[in-house]
Amino acid sequence: MKRCLTSCFVLLVSVMCAGPVFAQAKAKAQNVPEIPYESVPNFLKLPPGLYLGEAIGVASNSKGHVFVYTRSANTRLFEFDQNGTYVREIGDGNYGFEFAHAVRVDPEDNIWVVDEGTNMVIKFNPAGRVVMVLGRRPEAVAGAVASAAGPAPPAEKYLFGRPTDVAWDPQGNIFVSDGYVNHRVVKYDKNGRFIRQVGSERAGSEPSQFSTPHGIAVDAQGNVYVADRANNRMQVLDNNLVLRAIYDNIGVSWTVCISPGPHQYLFSSNSNPNGNTPGSWDITGEIYKMELDGTIIGKFGHAGKQLGGFQVVHAIDCRNPDQIIVAEIESWRVQKLLLKPLPAKTSAGR
Amino acid sequence: MKRFVQLVLATTLLAGIPVVAQFSVPEIPFDSALDPLKFPDNVSLGEAAGVATNSKGDVFVYTRTGHPTISLGGARAFAHGGSRLFQFDRTGKFVREIGQGLYGFLFAQQVRVDPQDNVWVVDQMSNMVMKFDSNGGVALLLGRKAEAENVPARGAAPAPAAAAPAAEGRGAAAAPAGGRGAAPAAAGGRGAGAGPAAEAGEGGGGRAAGPAGSGGQQDVFNRPSDVAWDAAGNIYVADGMGNNTRVAKFDKNGKFVRSWGFRGVAPGQFREVHGIVIDAQGMVYVADAGNRRIQVFDGDGNFKTMFLNVGTPAAMCLTPGPRQFLYVSNSNPPNDIDTDGEIYKLDLNGKLVGRFGRAGKMMKEFGTANGIDCRSENELYVAEIGNWRVQKLTLHPK
Repeated sequence: MKRCLTSCFVLLVSVMCAGPVFAQAKAKAQNVPEIPYESVPNFLKLPPGLYLGEAIGVASNSKGHVFVYTRSANTRLFEFDQNGTYVREIGDGNYGFEFAHAVRVDPEDNIWVVDEGTNMVIKFNPAGRVVMVLGRRPEAVAGAVASAAGPAPPAEKYLFGRPTDVAWDPQGNIFVSDGYVNHRVVKYDKNGRFIRQVGSERAGSEPSQFSTPHGIAVDAQGNVYVADRANNRMQVLDNNLVLRAIYDNIGVSWTVCISPGPHQYLFSSNSNPNGNTPGSWDITGEIYKMELDGTIIGKFGHAGKQLGGFQVVHAIDCRNPDQIIVAEIESWRVQKLLLKPLPAKTSAGR
Repeated sequence: MKRFVQLVLATTLLAGIPVVAQFSVPEIPFDSALDPLKFPDNVSLGEAAGVATNSKGDVFVYTRTGHPTISLGGARAFAHGGSRLFQFDRTGKFVREIGQGLYGFLFAQQVRVDPQDNVWVVDQMSNMVMKFDSNGGVALLLGRKAEAENVPARGAAPAPAAAAPAAEGRGAAAAPAGGRGAAPAAAGGRGAGAGPAAEAGEGGGGRAAGPAGSGGQQDVFNRPSDVAWDAAGNIYVADGMGNNTRVAKFDKNGKFVRSWGFRGVAPGQFREVHGIVIDAQGMVYVADAGNRRIQVFDGDGNFKTMFLNVGTPAAMCLTPGPRQFLYVSNSNPPNDIDTDGEIYKLDLNGKLVGRFGRAGKMMKEFGTANGIDCRSENELYVAEIGNWRVQKLTLHPK
């Protein structure tokens, strides 16, 4: 009976969502060293009356200020200083804020948000004014738009289907992971003109195909790292979006972050699935620290609701690779994690 | 299509109508001011739909911003908010907001200022034309907002039209019974065909709009797009982007006078009436975007001529003064910045005097221009849907 309930539920969900059902996946990597860490208590100090909802996106700028994009009563964007003291709200009432998905800060300290409710990517300058928008919110005058049945229409150059994340190469080209409806990565020049895409409106599991590309980051050489979530892997592309490598030993790659500086590190989260299904805490929830070539250095974190545990990590900030900031869906919080040196023996498993 | 070509050819031969772009349309050099409008911290633009100036040089912007909201919890769903009207002075300093929380501000389409400095707002979703006096009070209303919006109920069977694949963001909308829109289906956007529904009539608004294309003899609008006045103060509404596809004329007191046009390609017929302006002689210029032409009528709706050399006309304005010029944007579709986007300057015979700009996201580029103000011939304001901004342009014609 229980089994029937479960399968019926899964069936129902798949019918309702008409999309991929995200399964948990135990990472294939074995004997990965545990990186010790502690979570800073009360990192973000919210003024009385202000609350986070699902903490979907987090990113820091060059001064260490922390930006949190959250699904509150309305989706909102907050700024805190390096000590976690509240500074201000940005974009109050913004037309593109409906259902938060990501916030990232570019090398010039511009703040970019990705909203999967309005299908928009919005660039704010450091003063908090909108300076560029990509994608377009569907017109309210069209009313409630039904999901298309049957094959998805071809992905368009300048419209997104529930986009998920944004990144830039050193030349300022813009890379968007798009998303839950489309399954592609799109490259624009710094002026917002379409250059090319890889993937399409169809999900796929072949190399260079994607199934819910859910996070994206670019290294100093311009290589593009895509959290290919529903394929349980990360795909690495060159600057022209040609496949270079696949890392498939780190579980479900929910989100990706690359630290700056001469020696860059790659972080990927095998987040525990929403809903905390029985057994999921035992095999998911950890974040991997890696070299760019995919060599695993170590892992940290685990599923759990208390401080130090993770409840569906949705974004990672790694501007300082030893001080990681994570945003969680199901605990409505942002944690700052201080990573400690690995114990002497550092053998990485692949 | 063949018939359309024949028609166009015939009328062209008869009237000497400007058909294609002249071989060399002079490029007009121009600059765009940096941050022409200064916003308080808590004010920002979303899609900038309309811009207009009054006689003092004050600038009015009607914008799609905030959260367009549907309230749940009943058999009917009610729409709120989603658009705001801002006033700036001639230096770009923020003056005030007009119409906070106004019942008819749902989906901004256009703002215009009449010769008496009244501010007129056209809302595409509330299907209303709203006149504000110079103090910001509501002075006259045309049309009525639908009482409720049509939101498919959870568990309801999908409407057949929903199966038609549609472009992202402009898709075919399901339109079950009740609420807003008697049309079989509603499809947004610029007439991009999305199955049979789109041909039956774009646009979802309006109650009791009658058969598609008939254009009611009344002030019931369907996604109206623009408003203009003649010297006597008669009011002309471009109606619009939905099923009506007509021009509706009212006297200065708002009493219905006449209506002309319905969906079609022949002279006097329209597909997506996107804008309207009236010159000092009372000639009416209608942006017939779906047919990629401007049609010219007298004040009684008699067809006079048409201009076929401006691409897809969207935003339009007429300069004042003894020698009037028409500016019109060949606006790019919202889903593509690699095509069109330029603005043309024409004389009143339809001859292209110059052109400037292109589609894009940088300064001096345009993202689906939807409003132009040209109270001063060489100092224009352009409102853009795609770039969420108003640019102030200074033209330097040779």
